[in-house]
Amino acid sequence: MAALLEMRGISKVFPGVRALDHVNLSVEAGEIHAICGENGAGKSTLMKVLSGVYPHGTYEGDIFYDGAPLANRSISDSETKGIIIIHQELALVPLLSIAENVFLGNEVSSGGVINWPETFNRTEALLKKVGLSEPPGTLVEKIGVGKQQLVEIAKALAKNVRLLILDEPTAALQENDSQKLLDLLLELKTQGITSILISHKLNEISRVADRITIIRDGSTVSTLTREEISEDRIIRDMVGRDMAHRYPERTPAIGDVLMEVKNWNVWHPEQHTRQMIRDVSFNVRKGEIVGIAGLMGAGRTELAMSIFGGSYGRNITGEVRMHGKPVDTSTVTRAIDARIAYVTEDRKALGLVLEEPILRNISLANLAGVALRGVLNKAQEATVAEGYRKAMAIRTPSVHQKVVNLSGGNQQKVVLSKWLFTDPEVLILDEPTRGIDVGAKFEIYGLMNRMADEGRGVVMISSEMPELLGMCDRIYVMNEGAFVGELAREEASQERIMALIVSK
Amino acid sequence: MAVVSKEENANAKPSLDYLKENFRDYGMLMALIAIVVFFLVVVRQQLDVDFLSAQNITNLFLQNSYVIIMALGMLLVIVAGHIDLSVGSVAAFVGAISGVMSVNMGLPVYVVVPAGLVCGAIIGAAQGYWIAYWRIPSFIVTLAGMLVFRGLTLWLLGGQNIGPFSRGFQSLSTGFIPDLFAVDRPNMTAMVVVVLSAALVVWLGWRARKRDAAYGIQQEPSAIFYIRNAIIAAALVFVGWKLASFRGLPNVLIVMAVLTVLYAFFTEQTTPGRRIYAIGGNLKAAKLSGINTEKLVFLTFVNMGVLAALAGMIVTARLNSATPKAGVGFELDVIAAVFIGGASMSGGVGKIVGVIVGAFIMGVMNNGMSILGIGIDYQQVIKGLVLLAAVIFDVYNKSK
Repeated sequence: MAALLEMRGISKVFPGVRALDHVNLSVEAGEIHAICGENGAGKSTLMKVLSGVYPHGTYEGDIFYDGAPLANRSISDSETKGIIIIHQELALVPLLSIAENVFLGNEVSSGGVINWPETFNRTEALLKKVGLSEPPGTLVEKIGVGKQQLVEIAKALAKNVRLLILDEPTAALQENDSQKLLDLLLELKTQGITSILISHKLNEISRVADRITIIRDGSTVSTLTREEISEDRIIRDMVGRDMAHRYPERTPAIGDVLMEVKNWNVWHPEQHTRQMIRDVSFNVRKGEIVGIAGLMGAGRTELAMSIFGGSYGRNITGEVRMHGKPVDTSTVTRAIDARIAYVTEDRKALGLVLEEPILRNISLANLAGVALRGVLNKAQEATVAEGYRKAMAIRTPSVHQKVVNLSGGNQQKVVLSKWLFTDPEVLILDEPTRGIDVGAKFEIYGLMNRMADEGRGVVMISSEMPELLGMCDRIYVMNEGAFVGELAREEASQERIMALIVSK
Repeated sequence: MAVVSKEENANAKPSLDYLKENFRDYGMLMALIAIVVFFLVVVRQQLDVDFLSAQNITNLFLQNSYVIIMALGMLLVIVAGHIDLSVGSVAAFVGAISGVMSVNMGLPVYVVVPAGLVCGAIIGAAQGYWIAYWRIPSFIVTLAGMLVFRGLTLWLLGGQNIGPFSRGFQSLSTGFIPDLFAVDRPNMTAMVVVVLSAALVVWLGWRARKRDAAYGIQQEPSAIFYIRNAIIAAALVFVGWKLASFRGLPNVLIVMAVLTVLYAFFTEQTTPGRRIYAIGGNLKAAKLSGINTEKLVFLTFVNMGVLAALAGMIVTARLNSATPKAGVGFELDVIAAVFIGGASMSGGVGKIVGVIVGAFIMGVMNNGMSILGIGIDYQQVIKGLVLLAAVIFDVYNKSK
């Protein structure tokens, strides 16, 4: 078979980051080609280069498609050539019908007037192809996520797809929906449609993929044929990098159990039958840094937010204990009173009031600490902020600076200051180093060590396994809403964590 | 850990740079002064009348009291990220209720006014409940309220005006503080009150400045501080002297001044005030910081209802008649004042001082254009353009 797609030496640079570094990818006509890699390895960036999200000229390297050089100027450019990407977050309009969605931007029309009977007929035919029996007039919001995924594929078929790219298509799907989708991929393959499948789930990959390319840190590591595919080999290629001296030294002084969560269950806030967290139990000790590992969508943020004042989910059941005594964490105020703090993964959207100055952000969660009977003591507020500016080494000319003007690392230090000012015993840090540069990461690690040394318990949620291994005394592994393993510092390795995740 | 801390002394900045940086704050004040001077000159030229005569200054306060009082509440609503379109109708409805109670039922003013305020609170609560706890957009809820309470006003008054009111009720708006020194004109009470408050303003500013300096808080350069305070004190004394030589201090002015100070204190110095800014700045972050966002939004609307009720009764007292047409378009004047005063449509930004300046810009223009005999058609066009210009100025300043 000839190669349908050749990507040679693709490099893509963002300010401060080299996201792709001479990546090679060769996809043959009629195959299902899987792409594997850790979060942030560059898979999505590569697909965005291919599909024209990053137009020709914004990256280095050459793309050959069907034997000819490909120079996409836009997404619609690549779509006319039959390259269609289905993103992780579905791009359907919930309040439009299936038929309207399938032909959105590609309407069956003459002179701008839509031919509805033809639209419905064609939609019906396409839905049959993907194995859906819903009437084309059904609103997309009325059907489940699994069926929505199939509608996305029908939409791709409507555009005469030749190369179908699926970015983690089963991440949000339940088991039987996933199976249906994979069957459909195999069915499309018999009709000559080539697919690129980005997935973390190795069992799926080994089931449908003909070949697999593994990407790590923005470079191609290997391309394996069907015969060579084994979980061990994939895991070994996905992880494995130099880890020395990226984490500050710390001698742990671990004490008694500080916080204990028992039999924690949470359901999805809208989809009432979907359980997001299943029977999770864990604990943190005084002076300990505990990690929660898992892939995106494993339910780690949902777990943390549901514990912190029921900020996520519904029908939350389970028990939180501090020092062995049950505490009420059902509202954020109560969780703070129980001396728990949660540092969100999305500091701009959920952590900071960007247009307000540093000192107001630091005092926000504990205004009582700078006020007497409801009247603010602004001088005290400034003193407190100044104290944190020095202690956390927040780089700013003044604490009156608006937070929006700070770099990511300094913003994160402001969020950490805000929560330290509530004097928590347990800090849950959700992706504390996301989107900040290497130097600032090192500083944040140092601050985390200091928190532990002060006798606080730290729970660290991270998608970056090396940082969990470098920082944590103990690591829980989470997958699909449940804890699937617990590893002590000595026994933890990326391979073991990956093995626990994919064993399911 | 490498600690690189860069100290920068903000106090050392020259005054001009400071002015440039805080152009927004001073710009509107300068615009107000420019508008006053403009009318002072043009009115003198055209009509040979003193724009800043004692009578006209008194009128300015009486005419604009309702806008300022409601704008205080509207600032909180807008800072919290909401809007209230119903205030004009609510003011009219409470005015009508006060008419029925006062004129038809003959109840005394000390019963009518509290009852009116309670009505306002209930109305605010009824609207705030849906906005805060059911997340119905405030635009929709208060648009509905605007129709509902206008309709209820018509129904309550049966399409008729109710009046005249007792002297007691009228004094809400047209009354003046009696002269305790009894020397007739100039009214010494007014003079004393004004001079004392001017001294108080300067002293408070000076004290805060000294305290800030002790804690190393960034502050305006001393030249600007002295000039600003001199202007404010001079303006206060000038206005006081003018008022004293006419009929003294209007009751409404006292109410307005007290409320303004209270709300400035609330927004800048208290925890609930601070929290409202955080809610408007980033609702989710505020929630995750343990702030009871629903309750605060609810109370913001209750407060707005009370102030709308107060304004409604003052307007009724001024007209000496409860009329179905009262308060039509008030909401627009009030909202415009808040935005001219520098509040942000998306919430989280705005100051009481700015709102007062914004309200006076609108008020002075209304008054000046009426004196000049400019038709209501052109007045609306000009006011609309001023609102647009102020907000464009704001956005331009931010994007610089």
